[in-house]
Amino acid sequence: MSWMNTFLTSSIGRKLVMSVTGLFLITFLIVHCTINSMIFFNDGGEAFNKAAHFMGTNILIRTMEIVLFAGLILHIVQAYMLAAKNRQARPQGYAVSNPGANSKWYSRSMTLLGTLILMFLVLHISHFWSNSRLGGMMGIAPLEEVQIGDKEVLNLYQDMMVTFQSPFVIVIYVLGVISLCWHLIHGFQSAFQTLGVNHKKYTPVIKNIGIGFSILICLLFALMPVSIYAGWIC
Amino acid sequence: MTMNIKLRIWRQANAQAEGKLVEYQLNDVSANMSFLEMMDVLNEQLISKGEAPVAFDHDCREGICGTCSMYINGRAHGPQKLSTTCQLYMRNFTDGETITIEPFRAKGFPVLKDLCVDRSAFDRIIAAGGYISASTGQAQDANAIPVEKAAADSAMDAAACIGCGACVAACKNASAMLFVSAKVSHLALLPQGHPERKKRALAMVAQMDAEGFGSCTNTYACEAECPKGISVANIARLNREFLNASLISEEMPK
Repeated sequence: MSWMNTFLTSSIGRKLVMSVTGLFLITFLIVHCTINSMIFFNDGGEAFNKAAHFMGTNILIRTMEIVLFAGLILHIVQAYMLAAKNRQARPQGYAVSNPGANSKWYSRSMTLLGTLILMFLVLHISHFWSNSRLGGMMGIAPLEEVQIGDKEVLNLYQDMMVTFQSPFVIVIYVLGVISLCWHLIHGFQSAFQTLGVNHKKYTPVIKNIGIGFSILICLLFALMPVSIYAGWIC
Repeated sequence: MTMNIKLRIWRQANAQAEGKLVEYQLNDVSANMSFLEMMDVLNEQLISKGEAPVAFDHDCREGICGTCSMYINGRAHGPQKLSTTCQLYMRNFTDGETITIEPFRAKGFPVLKDLCVDRSAFDRIIAAGGYISASTGQAQDANAIPVEKAAADSAMDAAACIGCGACVAACKNASAMLFVSAKVSHLALLPQGHPERKKRALAMVAQMDAEGFGSCTNTYACEAECPKGISVANIARLNREFLNASLISEEMPK
C-alpha cells in the first residue's frame, strides 16, 4: 500500500483529507443544528429532550459519534500539519505585503479561525457533551432526569437553560459561532474545489449555497444561547 | 511629467549572504518609463558612483517570457492587474512615493543575488512530466486529430502560463499549484496529452512537493496576481487528474 502512503502524504492528498473531513463535519452541523432547533418549539424542552434522547441512545448515532470524533481529530491534526508545512514553504517573509489586494482575509485565516473554533469547542464539549455522556463517571455530576411519556430521559434542556444564564458564556458562544461562520464561508466552496469540482454551471451555485448555508446555520446556532439568555425561550 | 521617488530595495550579495533593504532616492523619473527602465536608470547612477548595480531578472521586456519578477509594494509584479513587471509603467506610482522592491520569496525560489531568484524548480517540475512523447518524422496533417473547440481554447488559455512564478510569490503558502495545474491542464485537455496524463499528474505533483512548495488553500491570490490570467479552474482540474491517477487508475507512483 505504498501508493496509498504516497497519496496521503502528497500535498493534494492531505488537502483531500481536509476536504472530505470538512464536508463530513458540515453534515454533522446540519444534524446538530436541526436537533437543537427543537428548543424553538418553546414547549418546555419536551421536543428537544426527546430528540436528544434518541440521539443519545440510538446505536447507529452513537457509532457515528465515534466516527465524528475521529473525523474532527483528523481535520484538526491534518490542518496543523499542513499549516506548519506551508509556513516552511516561505522561510523568509516579505517586509511589505498587501494580501488584501488579491484574496479574502477569511480565506487566509482558516488556521486562526479553526483554532478559535477549537477553543470554543473545548468549552462547548465541557458544557454539554461531557455531562450528558459521561455524567456519573470520572467525578462528573450526572444530569437530572425528566419524565416524557413513559420514559425517563436526561434533562439536557435544563442543562442548556442553566448554562446560558451567564453573559460571559453567551459572548463566548456568539464569538465561537461567528468564527465558524467565516470558516464555513471559505471552507464550503474550498472543499469542492479540492475535490476537483470547478464547473461553469455549478461553481457559482456552490459558492452561493455555501454562503447562505454558513450564515443561516450560524444565525440559528447563535440564536439558541441568545434567546435563552433573553428569556424568549423558557 | 517626471517624479521623484524613494526606493527600498532588497540587496543581498549572494545566496549565502545576509540581505537587507537599502534606500535609494531617484529623481526626475519619467512617468512613461517602464519599471525596468527606472531600474536601469538607478543602476546607471549606482555604477557611475562606483557602487554595485541592483541585480534583477529581465529578458524580453514584452511581457511574454516570464523572466522578470520582483515583489513591488507587497504585490507580485506590482500593482497592475494582468501585467508583468516589464509591462508596469511608472505612471502607476505617484510623486514622492516610497516603493519597496523585494525578491519573490519561497523555499523553492532561493535568492541568488539582490532581486534574482533561482526558479529552476519550475524547470525540474516540467522535466518530471510536462511534455508529450512523440515520434520524430514528418509532421502530421493538420486536423488529423479532431479537437473540440472549447477544449482547444481551454488548453490554449492554460498554455498562456509563462512560468514567471508570481503565483508562488503571491500565495501565502508559496504554493506552485497554479503553475503546475496550468502545465498539466494544457496537455490533459488535448488528445496528444492523453497517453501520459496519469503518469504526468503523479510525477509533476511529486516533484512540486519535493521542491518544497506549499499546498493550496484555495485563497485564489495566484489567479488575482497572474500576469496571464490563468484560472484556478485549472487547479481543480489538476486535483481531478491527480485523484484519478492516484486512486482510480492502476498507475503506480514512482
